[in-house]
Amino acid sequence: MTSDMTMNIVLLFAMTVSALWAVMARSLLKGTIGLALTSAIITILMFRLNAPLAAVFELSVCAGLITVIFVSAISLTKPLTHKEIECAARDRMKRFIYLPVIIVIAAVVLYYLRIPNYFAKAIMGDTAIDVRTILWGIRHFDIFGQIALMIAGALGVVILFKEANK
Amino acid sequence: MTQSAWQLFSIFGFFTVMLFIAGAYCILATRGLIRTIIGIELLIKAATLLVMAAGYASGRIALAQSIVITIIVIEVVFVVIAGGISLSIFRHNNDLDVRRLQKLKG
Amino acid sequence: MHNLLIIVPICGIFILNIFLKPFRTILAFCFAAVIFISQIIISLFYASPFSLDALSSVVLLCIGIVSLASLLVTQHTVPDETKKFRFINLLITASIGMSGIVMVKDIFSMYVFLEVTAISSFILIAFDKNVEALEGSFKYMMLSAIATVLMLSAVALFLLGSVDMSFDAIQKSLFQSNNALTTLAVTLFMCGLFIKGGLVPFHGWVPDAYMTAPASASVLLAGIVTKVSGIYTLIRVTTAIFGFSDIVKNILLAIGAVSILVGAFAALGQTDFKRMLAYSSISQVGYIIIGLGTGSALGIAGAVFHLFNHAIFKSLLFVNSAAVEKGTGTNDMQRMGGISSKMPVTGFTSVVGILSVCGIPPLSGFWSKIIIIVALWQAGRYPYAVIAILASVLTLAYLLSMQRRVFFGKLKDGLDGLKEAGWGFMIASSLLAVITIGVGIFSPYILSNLILPIKEIFIK
Repeated sequence: MTSDMTMNIVLLFAMTVSALWAVMARSLLKGTIGLALTSAIITILMFRLNAPLAAVFELSVCAGLITVIFVSAISLTKPLTHKEIECAARDRMKRFIYLPVIIVIAAVVLYYLRIPNYFAKAIMGDTAIDVRTILWGIRHFDIFGQIALMIAGALGVVILFKEANK
Repeated sequence: MTQSAWQLFSIFGFFTVMLFIAGAYCILATRGLIRTIIGIELLIKAATLLVMAAGYASGRIALAQSIVITIIVIEVVFVVIAGGISLSIFRHNNDLDVRRLQKLKG
Repeated sequence: MHNLLIIVPICGIFILNIFLKPFRTILAFCFAAVIFISQIIISLFYASPFSLDALSSVVLLCIGIVSLASLLVTQHTVPDETKKFRFINLLITASIGMSGIVMVKDIFSMYVFLEVTAISSFILIAFDKNVEALEGSFKYMMLSAIATVLMLSAVALFLLGSVDMSFDAIQKSLFQSNNALTTLAVTLFMCGLFIKGGLVPFHGWVPDAYMTAPASASVLLAGIVTKVSGIYTLIRVTTAIFGFSDIVKNILLAIGAVSILVGAFAALGQTDFKRMLAYSSISQVGYIIIGLGTGSALGIAGAVFHLFNHAIFKSLLFVNSAAVEKGTGTNDMQRMGGISSKMPVTGFTSVVGILSVCGIPPLSGFWSKIIIIVALWQAGRYPYAVIAILASVLTLAYLLSMQRRVFFGKLKDGLDGLKEAGWGFMIASSLLAVITIGVGIFSPYILSNLILPIKEIFIK
């Protein structure tokens, strides 16, 4: 196994751990930070997979923008009192203690499953094609979809975030 | 696809499955709306990483990148709307507990 | 050329939102009406440059008609001018999404437009921001996100073997390498579509979303959104990519039959008007799926014909429920009665809709159901044919009891001042009723010109 691969495995392991932290963390804010950390590690992995453009998107949008959205949503809601946090944490421990166990079991099962290389004869793609040609040339129909989606999203923000005047 | 590319994909796939399990467990076991959205986020991230790894392994990085960029845009809009809806629910219930969402049954 | 149906509405929304301030609500209404009507005309008379094949143009026609009906209902149910403007904008984005789904031949573009449609409908459901609607929307959102993730994982697995994401390339790659991973990918993708279409093991969100949505949004949602984003896509991917192996056929038949029965039995016990219609919708979608599950050209033609008819008569019933809700202020059937004497148009058109749903001979629903049953019989699937016939009786039972409780009988106290809800409702419901009757009477003509060309996609 090359050192390149070892590095990937270390990063993937760190990603799983931070995802677990995002799920099991005591407060929502810590969970959000865990999510951002997962996203940041995915950025590095994408960069290592020769996908710099997608990596930049992942970093700026997922690790940046989405974290901002989460933090603002959390700060707009009511913070729990100290006692409630204690109570909720004990309650959470009971429900989430099984997650690492399940993960370990699944890992062992998957490790021994050993899926063979089914795609040995599949045609390899051409690595030389540029992402811009594909995005703007072949897949331009997706761009229209994205524009429509952003219009819908903007309307949604206007409608949903406005305080209802009671 | 060469054997080494397949090995790389299977390692990425292995950890992606772990991420899927974490996200799914989060959605099933949590009682908070925001935490549910975090679970969904983890699932989408896992899918994104899987697309990227598959693209790398089969030599279609450009295609995979353009797909991933589109997914990320969609993901952001989704999270914004989900956040807006849970915020509106909070304004009504003064609570983010899923157990309060029991008005619709059957 | 086919981009025009996407680009023109997008540009229109930009112009409406940025440059025009005075009269923008009325302008938005006119613009949306023009778009939907031109979509109807295009899909009837000038379809070839815009759609892939006969299946696409039939579904484009449905999208135009139901969106127009929903727009007409919006005219009365959303009173505030600014809100109405935003609502119409969202209707246009939803219809952009649906037209996109129908026009693409690429699995990832299909996913993008599915997401456009889904996000527009989340916002449409939550539009009034009352608690129930927000909860219904959140539920729909979570299940839809899970469907998204399933489909994306399938896309990743398809990427391993196929040259690009177009239907042809994926079909070729599936043909070349048939193994455990590709089977997994097909299963994941189909599960995602089952969730989107609200079929029975995954139907939890359907009644809540339909019931709590604002009236005109539920017309759009029940009439066309789930049909396009779940059922059209299913028909398309099974015919163009996955093919009809025995396993696929059996899964489709089983899920369709279970949907028919569960939907019909659940509808029997409902007291809420819209909730009953939602369960009835699940049951009717089951018919489309068993038609698809026969795997024969006739069965698919019947399935698409039923999709068309169902879009028309179910939106007719939802338009009527919206009119009743507007008049009486409630959806609870126990507080209604004798409405027909005060709202004759609504009462009459709803009789037409109900008889068509049950498959009473001269109306449209009869023809599509009989085609599906004949196809099932020809394919040797006798138990399913029997289920389809018996469930029709069940449908008749719950819908007639609904009709009796709501429209016939003695007028309930407090409903004396009731009158027809407005011109928009009357136009929408008469239009849809005329289509239902017309399709029924001229069904030989419609069949040979619109529906039977769909067989081409199967032979190819």
